[in-house]
Parts: sequence; structure tokens; C-alpha cells
Amino acid sequence: MLAFALPVGFTRSDIEAIASLARLQLDEDEIELFARQLGEILEYAKQVQQIDTSGVLPTASVVTGSDVVRDRADETAPCLGRQAALANAPDPAAEAGLFKVPRVLG
Amino acid sequence: MSRVGTAKETCDAVRNGERTAVDVCRTVFEVIAARDQALGAFTTLVIDRALARAEDIDAKPDRWRSLPLVGLPVAIKDNVCTRGVRTTASSRILESYVPPCDATVVERLEAAGAIVVGKTNCDEFAMGSSTENSAFHVTCNPWALDRIPGGSSGGSAVAVAAGMTPVALGSDTGGSIRQPAAHCGVVGLKPTYGRVSRNGLLAFASSLDQIGPLTRSAVDAAMVLGVIAGADPADATSSRTPVGGYLEALDGDVRGLRIGVPRRLLETGVDAEVMQGLETGLAVLRERGATLVDVDLAYASAAIPVYYLVATAEASSNLARYDGVRYGYRAPAEGREDLTAMYARTRARGFGAEVKRRIMLGTYVLSAGYYDAYYLKAQQVRTLIRTDYDRALEQTDVLAMPTAPTPAFKLGERVEDPLQMYLGDIFTVGANLTGLPAISVPCGFTGNDLPIGLQLIGRPFDEAMLLRVADAYERDTPWSTQYPPSS
Repeated sequence: MLAFALPVGFTRSDIEAIASLARLQLDEDEIELFARQLGEILEYAKQVQQIDTSGVLPTASVVTGSDVVRDRADETAPCLGRQAALANAPDPAAEAGLFKVPRVLG
Repeated sequence: MSRVGTAKETCDAVRNGERTAVDVCRTVFEVIAARDQALGAFTTLVIDRALARAEDIDAKPDRWRSLPLVGLPVAIKDNVCTRGVRTTASSRILESYVPPCDATVVERLEAAGAIVVGKTNCDEFAMGSSTENSAFHVTCNPWALDRIPGGSSGGSAVAVAAGMTPVALGSDTGGSIRQPAAHCGVVGLKPTYGRVSRNGLLAFASSLDQIGPLTRSAVDAAMVLGVIAGADPADATSSRTPVGGYLEALDGDVRGLRIGVPRRLLETGVDAEVMQGLETGLAVLRERGATLVDVDLAYASAAIPVYYLVATAEASSNLARYDGVRYGYRAPAEGREDLTAMYARTRARGFGAEVKRRIMLGTYVLSAGYYDAYYLKAQQVRTLIRTDYDRALEQTDVLAMPTAPTPAFKLGERVEDPLQMYLGDIFTVGANLTGLPAISVPCGFTGNDLPIGLQLIGRPFDEAMLLRVADAYERDTPWSTQYPPSS
């Protein structure tokens, strides 16, 4: 646990590493801006780390009274057709019924 | 200036044959034509489709007149899918996206006789509190054109406030229905998590998002909720708790009800005129026979950081789907670039600053080494906040507090300071973190004519109680009947 010694100042390479994970290409101004702003926001969020949560279970969801999945019959039903699914694609291979993407391997 | 009436007036007039649905629709588009250039509430109008539906309703009275929302024009926030009608979430990345399906709420509205008239501007992917994060245009507050309408459902709030449509749908992840409703002087209801299907809502933070109505009265909100609420096989988080009794609950009787007021939470940071509006509003309810009780929400002050850790974490995974492959914008290729480079450039050009900021923050708090300290910790404090509210609502029927700590601020004032923008969500994020239903009702004006909102928070699935108190309050106050200048 890193709970009480977190870096709230972000270096340029910290921001680049996060942007890479997030698949975001940032320009110079954005790197500088986000380094400062993420630092400020997390500095503010430090108050959460001061709260004693020993033995407290996390809340990931507040769903109550939902049993839709359990009750749903295991039957096939109509779904989106292939052409409709391709209609918004920026580079569809309509006849093949596929989405085209740039090369993945060298 | 002509304007559209309330939902109740409109549906009654069409049902009784006093007005045709076509006439109602024409009025809507006339008012939009006259007002929306200055206000910027809409991103897309669907005039032909609306008039065609209206004609069908007029031609087949036997089929339509018995339905609860017959002839009711509705505007839909542009992050809710409409089949065949552009749905952008006010983002470049979805600028020309045309959904193949309607959201469940849109299907239910239309099946009940409502008519979709257009899509409303919002903060990009509903991330913001001012609608200034729209990639397309600014939306102005009809009470003061140099001020924000609130957000993220700013366009929906303005459309209703300025009399362009009786009802609009919004979505609320941290206050995005209630806060713009408060700033524009209309009613905004965030239902209990699971009360309304999220199928077809472009997801921002899936454990917090709910769709709900913005209206001119509690009666209208009850009419719309009764139609859009209920279990949906397409949303596994939708609830089977029975729906209904909302209109029947509006009996004006609040005698013996206990209204909890978190006095300690209100001690700091609330604008004096907003506080005065709250006190006056509470006095009205006490006069009607309700009892005010002091409650303690000890962890409520941690709600903003908890919210921004949880919401951004969920957003960073939800928005991973916008990658330029299956739908939406793709950045033109630069040389022999590979798939990963295409993703990164598409997202760089397709998303605006606030969305990038939240994806970055969410990615960081979920990343290896920081997950426990930020995300898990935030989820634990979320449990403490839930316990606070549960306890408070054991002793009371509803909780009352301001919707926003200040009136609408000036356009541009907080754009450069995201943290300052986030702090304005102090009273609204609690209902999302706990899943509880909440409503904002107009409760007066500041000295320079800016609306103030009173927020009520209720027990799970007890929207009937919220609407009952809100309606009783409206009976003794003139605020809901006011229109902004030149509307």
C-alpha cells in the first residue's frame, strides 16, 4: 500500500506514461497542463486517504432489486444486423462484412 | 412571445381535442426558431419526423388519446440514442454518429404518445457542470445570457426553462440533471439508480449514471417518470421494483413528514442568497405541516473527491470504446502508421480537454500501484457515505439542501480551473454515490434574478415521496410558473 506517500507532482514522463496507457497522443501544451491539473486534483483528493476505512467493504455498485439477468430465458432473439453494425464505421469493408484497421504487425 | 405550456396542459389539450398534436409541434418549432439562436439549447432538430408523428396522432385519436403522454413534445439530451437521428454526446468523436437503435427511454416515450422534437447540447460525454465543454457551441442561461445554464444537461434545462418544449430528458452522473434545473429555474429529477433503463445512454460512469426528466412542475415529472421507469431486459442493472403511484402521491399533504437538514454541511461555502432561498423554502414546508430535523452527514464533505476518483475511473474504461474502428471519427492516416498510433491520434483529435483530463485521471487511479490507494479507497469511503445517508433517512422521510452552493456563474469563469468547477457539485454527487433519488425544485431568485434550486433526496425507489413534497411546495410558491425575460 502506498496510501500516505503518493506523488502528487507529475513529471513529463509520468504524464506520457499515463497517456500511453490511455491511448491518447498529447501535445506539449497538454502534457504541461495535465501535469499541473492532475497534481492539483489529486492533492485535493488526498483528504480521502486521511479517512479511516479499516474493515470497510468497498461499494462498487448500488444495484438493488435487479434480477433481470437471472430471469431472462436462454433464447435467441433478433440483434443488430451486420450492415447496420457497419453503417457508422469509418472504414468498413461492407461486402466482406468487416471493419478495416491499419496494420497491426510490421 | 409564444411559448409551450406544461406537459399536463399539453397532453390534456390534445386528449380533449382542444389542440391538435401538429399545432403543438408547430408552436414548439416556432418558439425554437425565435429563441434558440440566442440560447443554443439544441444540437439537432427533427422537424419532419416530429410532424409526421404528430399527424399520425391526430389521424388516429382512438389509438393515441388514451395514452399518458399523447402529443407531448420532448427534447432528448444528445447522449441518449435516437434511431436514425444523429447522436453526438456533444463530442467531435461522434459528430456524425447515427444510432441504429433508440434508447429504451425514447421507445417508451414514443409508445406513450410523446414526440421527439430534437437533441440538446451538453458537456462532452456529460462531463462538466456548465455545458461549456460541448465541442459544438455554448448554451446560455435564459435568465442571464452571460451566465452558464449549468451542466451537463444544460441544453435540456434551457429548452424547458425558455418554454421551447414542456419536457426534456437529461442524464445525471454527479448532478447533471439537478444542477442545470436549479440554475435555469425548472424541476429536475434524478431517479433511483436502476429505476430507469440506461440502455441507449452513452455511458460515462456506469455505477452512477441515471436518465431522468426536466420539467416545469412535479406533476409533469411524475407523468414522465411513470412512463420511462421500469425493468428492461436490455439493462441488467434496471430494477423490478414496481413502478407507479407517482401522480396519485401528489395530494399536497406533507403533515407529519420529517425533513432532514444537514446543518453542519451547510455551514461553509454556501452563497448567502442560496442559503436564504433554502431557509424560505423550508419554512414553506414547515407551514404545511412538515417537521424539520437536523441530520449529520459526516462523510458528505469527502463526496467530491470520492466522486471524481470513481467517476473518472469508470469513464476511462467506458470511453476506451471510442477508438476509430467501429463507429465515430477516425483521424486520417499519417504515413505507414500502425493501429496503436491510429487509436492515439483519433482520440487526441476526437476528444476535448475535459474528457482527456478525466480519462487521464481515471487511467492513473486504476493503474498498477495506485489502485488501492485511490480507487479502492474511494470505494470504501463511498460505503461510509452510503451508511451516512441510510442512517439519516431512517429518521426522516426526505433530506433537504441546496442543489448548488451558488447561483449560475459567468460563462468562462471556471473553464481554466477544473477543480473549482468540481467543487460546485458538493450537494449533488451524494445521490449518485448512494444511488438515492433526488429532485431539484425552483425555490426563488437572487437579487439579480438568478434562479435558486431546493434539492430533496429520498429513500431508494421512493420517488413518489420526493414528488409529493416537491408538488406540495409548488402549491404554495410561484417559482415554477415563472418564465425568463423574452420567453
